[in-house]
Amino acid sequence: MEMNDKMNYKHYNKFYDHFDFMKYRNVFFTLSAVLILLGIVSLFVFKLNLGIDFSSGTRVDVQSNQPISIEKVDQAFRAMHYDPERPVISGTHKNIATVRINKELNQHQIAAVKSKIKDQFGIEPNVSTVSPQVGRDLAKNGIFALILASIGIIIYVWIRFEFLQGLTAVLALIHDAFFIVTVFSLFHIEVDILIIPAILTIVGYSINDTIVTFDRVRENLKLSRRRLSTIEEIGEIVNLSIRETLTRSINTVLTVLLPVILLMIFGSESIRTFTLALFVGLITGVYSSICIACPLWAVMKVRYLDRRKKKRTVQTQAE
Amino acid sequence: MVKKGPIFSFFALIIVLGIIIGFAVNPIIHRVNLGLDLKGGFEVLYQVKPLKAGQKIDSDTMSNAVAAINKRINVLGVSEPNISIENGNRIRVQLPGVKNEKRARQLLSTTAKLEFRDYKDRLMMDGSDLKPGKAKVAFDEMNKPMVTLQLKDPEKFANVTKKISSYPSIPNRDNVLVIWMDYKKGDSYQKEVGKKNHKFISDPSVTSELNTSDVQITGSFTMQEATTLKDLLNSGSLPVRMDEIYSTSVGAQFGQDSMKETIYAGALAIAAIMLFMLAFYRLGGLIANITLVIYMAIVMGVFVGLQAVLTLPGIAAMILGIGMAVDANIITLERIKDELRGGKSVLSAFKAGNHRALPTVVDANLTTIIAAAVLFVLGVSAVKGFAVMLLISNVVTFLTSVYGARLLLGLLVHSRVLNDHPWLLGVKRRDIRGNE
Repeated sequence: MEMNDKMNYKHYNKFYDHFDFMKYRNVFFTLSAVLILLGIVSLFVFKLNLGIDFSSGTRVDVQSNQPISIEKVDQAFRAMHYDPERPVISGTHKNIATVRINKELNQHQIAAVKSKIKDQFGIEPNVSTVSPQVGRDLAKNGIFALILASIGIIIYVWIRFEFLQGLTAVLALIHDAFFIVTVFSLFHIEVDILIIPAILTIVGYSINDTIVTFDRVRENLKLSRRRLSTIEEIGEIVNLSIRETLTRSINTVLTVLLPVILLMIFGSESIRTFTLALFVGLITGVYSSICIACPLWAVMKVRYLDRRKKKRTVQTQAE
Repeated sequence: MVKKGPIFSFFALIIVLGIIIGFAVNPIIHRVNLGLDLKGGFEVLYQVKPLKAGQKIDSDTMSNAVAAINKRINVLGVSEPNISIENGNRIRVQLPGVKNEKRARQLLSTTAKLEFRDYKDRLMMDGSDLKPGKAKVAFDEMNKPMVTLQLKDPEKFANVTKKISSYPSIPNRDNVLVIWMDYKKGDSYQKEVGKKNHKFISDPSVTSELNTSDVQITGSFTMQEATTLKDLLNSGSLPVRMDEIYSTSVGAQFGQDSMKETIYAGALAIAAIMLFMLAFYRLGGLIANITLVIYMAIVMGVFVGLQAVLTLPGIAAMILGIGMAVDANIITLERIKDELRGGKSVLSAFKAGNHRALPTVVDANLTTIIAAAVLFVLGVSAVKGFAVMLLISNVVTFLTSVYGARLLLGLLVHSRVLNDHPWLLGVKRRDIRGNE
């Protein structure tokens, strides 16, 4: 019954209706390759600015009702004989200062710091300490979670779709996760524990986009009822599917991006890392689903079909 | 021909839902457990170590330790404490909203092994000779706080005091019963006695044999110190040593500010999403917005019902979840629009759109659920709160954005008010096939 349904979408004119996503696939692939290379170089050169969650030491968030100056915070800590790393001032009223000390304070020292800072700045500060062992465990745990989630998703997509789509979906995912890390490394933004839920949310979210597009690819393949084998034929299906789902992809990313941007501007300082990671991930998520996952799948699928065809030809000749 | 029945049902349903939500909102909001990053408070991860050489740290030791910690927390009166064993040899304690952090931390990690020794540090009696739970704070004749204890066996105390009073040397110096808390090898009374901040609690001199079961510890206690000592003695000593390896404490004001800022941002975000949906999908958007309100109420209700703890990442997950719930609406509404443009009637476009959007929504949400489940199993503290919220959001999305929206829009579709008015769903007449 749905045979001529395919034509419906073509009829409706949108500005991207004639954009050939497959034609520019090599541009996209090159762009992503360059970004990944940039990330690798950046990780070697700038490394990651690991917060105490993943290393060790003490972090103190000083808050006040008035704007805080770096000097004042610095002095306060030096008066207690601590050697603070250069404090970072944040907050809409410049009234929050974050200080790192390369030492794990014990419970008595924490109590002393808290009361001194409260006396001086008026508000009880936040103090966190992490020992090296715990920091290592957290990092290990995070990477383990990421791998486990990826495997789960590959298996699910493999069952629901096909292995090649699962594989390309996960490649796109890793691409997104890695790009978040790249941005944090390039701009030297402190990485704390919340980057793990952020990356995993992006994993879950970016897979959404990819799935929705693959879903349409699968449907259009069924509708076309022809045996497709060349890159042009499969590419046409991919193009059609991307176009058909593009409004949805853009609208959805807007509805998720809206809260993330608002959280970034007005939300609490404590989850800034989190919202920033989400922001980066959401944008690369849409890009990778449309411009990487689908074309990459088309290329891999054609190669796979070619190889199978050759194998068959060889077999027939042997007989 | 407009049918009135479905329209009546539509408004009746909305009014009933509105009333239910209106009544449920207050009790739900008041029952939300706030995490320590919103309420202030602290969280400590302890590495459990043997108290003496050869002691094994097994699951029995761990659960004994947790039981002892629980008793101590009860003393503090924290409303939502959370104690969990991690990795088999770590204990995580979360105390949101605790008032006096310094006291709480001291109370938690002190081993609280009470010992009575003589001037040469020989052990005379220890905590096991006390009647459990009988320590009290009292006042001496100078009205200074002191701690009173009861012994199990007055005879033993008589023997001890007899022995000490009989030491033949300088009075007030050697005839002392030194009371130690957490005596460590190498500590010595002779070394400590001259110091101003000595490690032992007190060193009363004993001049005669005392045949009693009531013992008083007088020292230069403040009221708080006396209370802490009493509480420690009553909750019993810890069977293990606990070292802090991770801690985080949030000031109450800090927490409140974070919550206010995040909720403000969230409210703006919800308003922005709703406007967007209205502008883009018209009546479809309105229905999506109605289901969004129901969604938020259910998510909070389930969250409170599970007694989960709301953390800052949890609020973020909820706001994010709203975006994802709307995604289900968008997928369906886009499909319906596509079908309408293809020239189908409103009714068959509605049916076909829902039918074809469902597998997409299922696939998209299940993959997110996989990621959230992994986070839930592996994550700790704040991350876990995030995962719980993400899981609930995803499941509730099916209920509201898929079935709820289908039901509401279905009523309007069946009433036929939408016939000939495709613009109500955001479709331009000239985009419809055959209308060029």
